[in-house]
Amino acid sequence: MSITEVEFQAASAEAVPEQAIEGKSQWQLTWRRLRSDRMAIASVITILVIAMLALLAPAFASLTGHSAVQQYPNTGLSASGLPVPPGTAGFWLGTDELGRDLFVRILYGARISLFVGLSTTFMATVAGVAVGLISGYFGGRTDAVLARCIDAALAFPYVVLALALAARFGPSLPIVIGVITFFSWAGVSRIVRGQTLSLKEKEYIEAARSLGAGPWRIMFVHILPNLLGPVLVLATLLIPSAIVFEATLSYLGLGIQPPVPSWGNILNGAQSYYQVAWWYLVFPAAALLITTLAFNLLGDGVRDALDPRTERIFAGQAGGRKKKRRKAAAADEPAAAIAAGTAEG
Amino acid sequence: MSTVYFVIRRIFTGLIVLWFVTTVSFLLFFLRPANIVARLIGGRSASSATLALINKRLGLTEPITVQYWHFLVALVAHFNFGYSYYNGESVNTVLAQDLPRTASLVFGGVILWLIAGLGVGILSATRARSLFDRVSTVGVLAGISLPTFVLGLLLLRYVFQPLNEHGYTWIGINYVGLSAGVIPWMGHMILPWITLATVQAAVYTRLSRGSLLDTMGEDYIRTARAKGLRERRVIYKHGLRSGLTPVISQLGVDIGALLGGVIVVEQVFNIGGLGQDAVTAISQGNQPVILAFVVIASAFVVIANLIVDVVYAFLDPRVRIA
Repeated sequence: MSITEVEFQAASAEAVPEQAIEGKSQWQLTWRRLRSDRMAIASVITILVIAMLALLAPAFASLTGHSAVQQYPNTGLSASGLPVPPGTAGFWLGTDELGRDLFVRILYGARISLFVGLSTTFMATVAGVAVGLISGYFGGRTDAVLARCIDAALAFPYVVLALALAARFGPSLPIVIGVITFFSWAGVSRIVRGQTLSLKEKEYIEAARSLGAGPWRIMFVHILPNLLGPVLVLATLLIPSAIVFEATLSYLGLGIQPPVPSWGNILNGAQSYYQVAWWYLVFPAAALLITTLAFNLLGDGVRDALDPRTERIFAGQAGGRKKKRRKAAAADEPAAAIAAGTAEG
Repeated sequence: MSTVYFVIRRIFTGLIVLWFVTTVSFLLFFLRPANIVARLIGGRSASSATLALINKRLGLTEPITVQYWHFLVALVAHFNFGYSYYNGESVNTVLAQDLPRTASLVFGGVILWLIAGLGVGILSATRARSLFDRVSTVGVLAGISLPTFVLGLLLLRYVFQPLNEHGYTWIGINYVGLSAGVIPWMGHMILPWITLATVQAAVYTRLSRGSLLDTMGEDYIRTARAKGLRERRVIYKHGLRSGLTPVISQLGVDIGALLGGVIVVEQVFNIGGLGQDAVTAISQGNQPVILAFVVIASAFVVIANLIVDVVYAFLDPRVRIA
């Protein structure tokens, strides 16, 4: 056998397993783990359904024939002037004290909640990542100033200032979004700064610097991709807290103003009628709870999927029972992930 | 020595934060268009002469620096927050009436929060993956997702209302002072306490569980077990001290969040404390009351943070040196 033949055979022998064991990036593995997490998938479906309902709110409004702000004093109120229960006169979820269709109002409220949740989270994440990166990477005096700002924003009695701001500028949607963003970025910044501080000491950053990469290139090309995991988790968990924040402001009368419906101001109205109209309280409350719960569960799922070491109580895999100790779980998880990956592929 | 220095430094920083918050909120409300306040008090039909008179009476015609100086002197030297724009009542009277209500709420709420949060967290961590742990994890998720005011409203509808209809009237809403007796006071505060504590307790259950689980995996815990200590002693003597230290450092941050809860809970249960009056004052543009609330709330946060920091410094010697 000649040398070339041996090399050829070796190459062909290697080629076979290479096709079987497909290389997987961290994100592919994360996606696989997330997909096997039944709670996370259920949350994604729930969120998509809510988003669809919110988008289709005008369609439902024309289907029921009721707009969100139109009052129906003849059909929508009982003889004694009280809200009518679900199913009466085409009001699927009943009416409120002015005879408005609760179902349509909740759908339109979902639009506000989702819009506020997503837009504030996006802006807070971008701002938080930028401040955290700059603060952590440059260090020194820049860091001293920015870190103080982060600490101040975190320790501030923020609800108090949020109330003051909402009161000063008059309650409106842009003010609500501004206030929530202003009080959300600091949490992201703190995490990003801490991670940047440790990442910038790594050898590969030194290597990049020795090749002549500038600070901005290092920050955004070399450090930022390694931060995406924690930032993604944090952003997913920011969404429900922003939704709760908006609902709370609106409930206090400092957010979205009636007659524009928001879950917060619907519930504010419900407070005076909870004794006679359970539906007025229960349905908007359920909408709010289901939405925030779905985002929170998704956030937990994303975190577990990104970090194989965390134990998964609800992952829906038999693997959970085999691992008694966290350390043990950490040791055999990569093997398990590869096994799961090849089994599916 | 270093501890004394540390405490003094923290008090100084706290005072600066307090001054900063006060000034910012002062500016926020003084930099609004002229005549808004006068219009609020005088009504829509007030003549311009009346508006001018109101402005002069309230000292709003003076330059902002002079107004700020008056405000600061009255506050620091006489602890006087001025007079309500709405009914001319002294803000100090309003505070004297409101503070016991808010204090009762915060007092019981914080105790319930810490006991429930840390207690359930420790129990879940020491029985990881047990039925109790799973149930508490579900409960924590629900608690975190549930806005405070929704929980309060649901408790009103599904606990308070049925109980009252069946004659259990000792459990109530509104506020009943301690002078009426401890039992009525607690009966009227128990639902607000539960509402205020639940969300925070859920967060702390999760924090303390995670932190304690991490600690129990450390080598020195294994050493403690290896030298034959009983499991209780390992957990409560060796595990808790370093396991709960990071949780305590988080407390300072969450005191601010607690205040938001206080405002909401007072509104839901009609307690008539500081938070509820502040919300009313905001809708009325009643600036002295709002400022009083901001100052007191920030002072509360600063003092609570100070206490947390000092406790933390005693628990973790590294903080004192840094």
